[in-house]
Amino acid sequence: MADAVAAEGSAHSIPALLARNVQRYGGYPAYREKEFGIWQSWTWAQASEEIRAMAMGFLSLGVERGDHIAIIGRNRPAHYWAMVAAQMCGAVPVPLYQDAVAEEMAYVLGHCGARFVVCGDQEQVDKVVEVEDQIHSIKHVMYTDKRGMRKYDHTRMNALEDVVSEGRAGHYRYEEELNHRIAELNYDSTCVMLYTSGTTGKPKGVVLSNRNIIETAKNSCAFDKLTRNEEVLAYLPMAWVGDFIFSVGQAYWAGFTVNCPENASTMMTDLREIGPTYFFAPPRVFEGQLTNVMIRMEDAGKFKKWLFDRYMALARKVGPAILDGKPVSGADRLGYALGNLFIYGPLKNTLGFTNIRVGYTAGEAIGPEIFDFYRSLGINLKQLYGQTEASVFITQQPDGEVRSDTVGVPSPGVEVKIADNGEVFYRSPGTFVEYYNNPESTASTKDPEGWVATGDAGFFEEGSGHLRIIDRAKDVGKMADGRLFAPKYVENKLKFYPNILEAVVFGAGKDRCTAFINIDLNAVGNWAERNNIAYASYQELAGHPKVYEMIKSHVNEVNASVALDPMLSGCQIHRFLILHKELDADDGEMTRTRKVRRNIVAEKFADLIEALYDGRTSIYTETEVTYEDGRKGAIKATLNIADAEVAPEQRMAAE
Amino acid sequence: MNDMSDGYITADGRQIGGVLMELKNITLKFGGVTAISDISFDIRQGEIRAIIGPNGAGKSSMLNVISGFYIPTEGEVWFKGYKRGPMRPYEIAGLGIARTFQNIALFDGMSVLDNIMTGRLTLMKSGLLSQAMWWGGASKEEDAHREKVEKIIDFLEIQPIRKTPVGRLPYGLKKRVELARALAAEPKILLLDEPMAGMNVEEKEDMCRFILDVNDEFGTTTVLIEHDMGVVMDLSDRVVVMDYGRKIGDGPPDEVRNNQDVIDAYLGVAHD
Repeated sequence: MADAVAAEGSAHSIPALLARNVQRYGGYPAYREKEFGIWQSWTWAQASEEIRAMAMGFLSLGVERGDHIAIIGRNRPAHYWAMVAAQMCGAVPVPLYQDAVAEEMAYVLGHCGARFVVCGDQEQVDKVVEVEDQIHSIKHVMYTDKRGMRKYDHTRMNALEDVVSEGRAGHYRYEEELNHRIAELNYDSTCVMLYTSGTTGKPKGVVLSNRNIIETAKNSCAFDKLTRNEEVLAYLPMAWVGDFIFSVGQAYWAGFTVNCPENASTMMTDLREIGPTYFFAPPRVFEGQLTNVMIRMEDAGKFKKWLFDRYMALARKVGPAILDGKPVSGADRLGYALGNLFIYGPLKNTLGFTNIRVGYTAGEAIGPEIFDFYRSLGINLKQLYGQTEASVFITQQPDGEVRSDTVGVPSPGVEVKIADNGEVFYRSPGTFVEYYNNPESTASTKDPEGWVATGDAGFFEEGSGHLRIIDRAKDVGKMADGRLFAPKYVENKLKFYPNILEAVVFGAGKDRCTAFINIDLNAVGNWAERNNIAYASYQELAGHPKVYEMIKSHVNEVNASVALDPMLSGCQIHRFLILHKELDADDGEMTRTRKVRRNIVAEKFADLIEALYDGRTSIYTETEVTYEDGRKGAIKATLNIADAEVAPEQRMAAE
Repeated sequence: MNDMSDGYITADGRQIGGVLMELKNITLKFGGVTAISDISFDIRQGEIRAIIGPNGAGKSSMLNVISGFYIPTEGEVWFKGYKRGPMRPYEIAGLGIARTFQNIALFDGMSVLDNIMTGRLTLMKSGLLSQAMWWGGASKEEDAHREKVEKIIDFLEIQPIRKTPVGRLPYGLKKRVELARALAAEPKILLLDEPMAGMNVEEKEDMCRFILDVNDEFGTTTVLIEHDMGVVMDLSDRVVVMDYGRKIGDGPPDEVRNNQDVIDAYLGVAHD
């Protein structure tokens, strides 16, 4: 099925890049998936054959140009193929978050007018069936996992596998039409539509063109010298722009291998088995891994613990310098080599990071200790700053200029400017086309010259030229006495403690700041075990006086460090409480990408905030919770409120 | 008595086949204690058959009679059209009857994978020597068995614990591993002794879904004992109700639910 060979200059769509890769790398692996305990793999040639068959199956179901095809499921080759097959038919793939509840899904499906839906399994099909009567556009549903699906009404439903066989069988009928449709694709046709997580308001459909994706992939591959030999693990939600860029854009541009884990909870094992060379993870994954390592070291024997502590101290001292190629004394180099033999090597192997050449973290600020821990092991972990509307990349850190408190320099091809109020603006080839069916939002985000407002406040550091982000521009506010209030800045400092999972700081328009704290059940649970503290539930642990004491010491330390910053010293936390439940996306308190929805939290827990300010020492509250299957329940609790120590402010002549 | 060819259609539209096992006038005595007295019922191809009753009603004894572990004092067991005599355990397994236990009976020190592999022991053909030497068909045979086991692991969604020793697993997962081991034997009849006992709501829902999926996917005839009435009424196609070793009801869940004897046995009756 060889098409006309797409030359470098004419690879103006993902399907065209696929054809190019079949020509160049036909026999090399494009996709792997662990199934039935074994890694199954597909070469570029095999993948192309599968994708074309699927696309022809779509044609047999009547997929038209411009149709939206929603894809809801975990990272599997079949789902990536469905996206490319949709593009081949001239349709637009719309990946959705698979943990979205039915109503959220209904909104997105309705908004894009999806005519076809590819579901991962019965769970997703059930959600689609539930909302089907509200959304009349849906013509046909396909599913990947057949299990439990036997009893469904199959008049408008099929297994994806069967659609592929149908496409294969109809090969002679559809081949010509398919080639025709692929040839119609150009740089300006829509590549994918991704819904933003919607920290505020309803999700918006970000339309990204082939130009956006391919130009961005080309530039970013060149920046990090990515080649065909990279291995990536595709485990982040397919609906997230990062996954689309890494697992589709860059993978198709550079021709590297995308590996799909067996299921969500085997990710760590699969990571170890694959040993990716190029890896992306949000800070919480790195935090989680570090917490696990530390917990296990607490339980290790005395000698092992001593060895670990000794060599980690050395690694902290010289590791980052060695990684950046800076001069280090011969003795330290020797020590580091020994450490690599005894500690760092085995540790990296356990974590699955042995082969990493380029690692990125983004989305949230990462704690300096966590960041340095990985870099000191010799893992080239870097930060980038981006968003869906930019096809990810706005700024990123070049090798050798990596620090935990900046997000790097503008990516190749990206222009960045800072507005008078501190808001960051950018313009790039990756800048999105529009918000789907929402010209007002498009106009208010992107000006006629193509500059896009990020909504984040930041500044370029003098000297290094690196960008530093302080907070969401709209969250940066003033306190009652006019001092600057930047909640995220303080929350991040709090979250750097392994015991604190989330923190929400209040104080805009008030005379002092207060905070909600979420404990990390893993870390605090283990701490409780070691200190013989018995507890029966999350709620009981969260309310334990000893836990309060520990959290209070963390808050005090944060206050001391905040007090040192003359601009933000007003943000010290005077009182706090530990929440009785984890903030959860199912309850609307967080976005699906786990960013706190500040307004909703403030509204929902208004009684608690009031108590933080009126001097009470405890408060009784009832909270509605939503279970995974959509049912609702309530948690009742009496929460204690603790006072923290506030450090004297260093009022310098900041103004 | 029963026509082997007839069957019925369940409430959710599944075709249930002919009689797979028939128990005729079973009585089981331990010395002077009568555990089961004169009970008759049948189990049909593809159905989910529940046995319920208060504590001490004789449910587990009944399950042991079905499995062939107990030999009834009186009465006959007909399986696949033949009358069944006394059997040794390996003969039972060979017949295609597999079970899970009320108190989990797994090998704690072995991994989940190895535990499930033991379920296939009776299906392994290569001899002891060949297996010990890893020679001849043994290696190829193990691959084939491993593939079947991996399909079951996938089906029951226990991939993350494949290599975990069973002793380290929480209760709900152990139950699932036990089900996996029983399924690995590719049974004609699957016996589940209180599969939901001691589970929380979420674990129960998972287990229900797995039992239904197993029945749906493999067409496995399932006999289960369960205390949770909600579970029984949702899951099963037909229910046998026992009380003090006697059968007091038999039929589809709705019918049994409205049976006065059953209501009395469960809720108690006022004695005047």
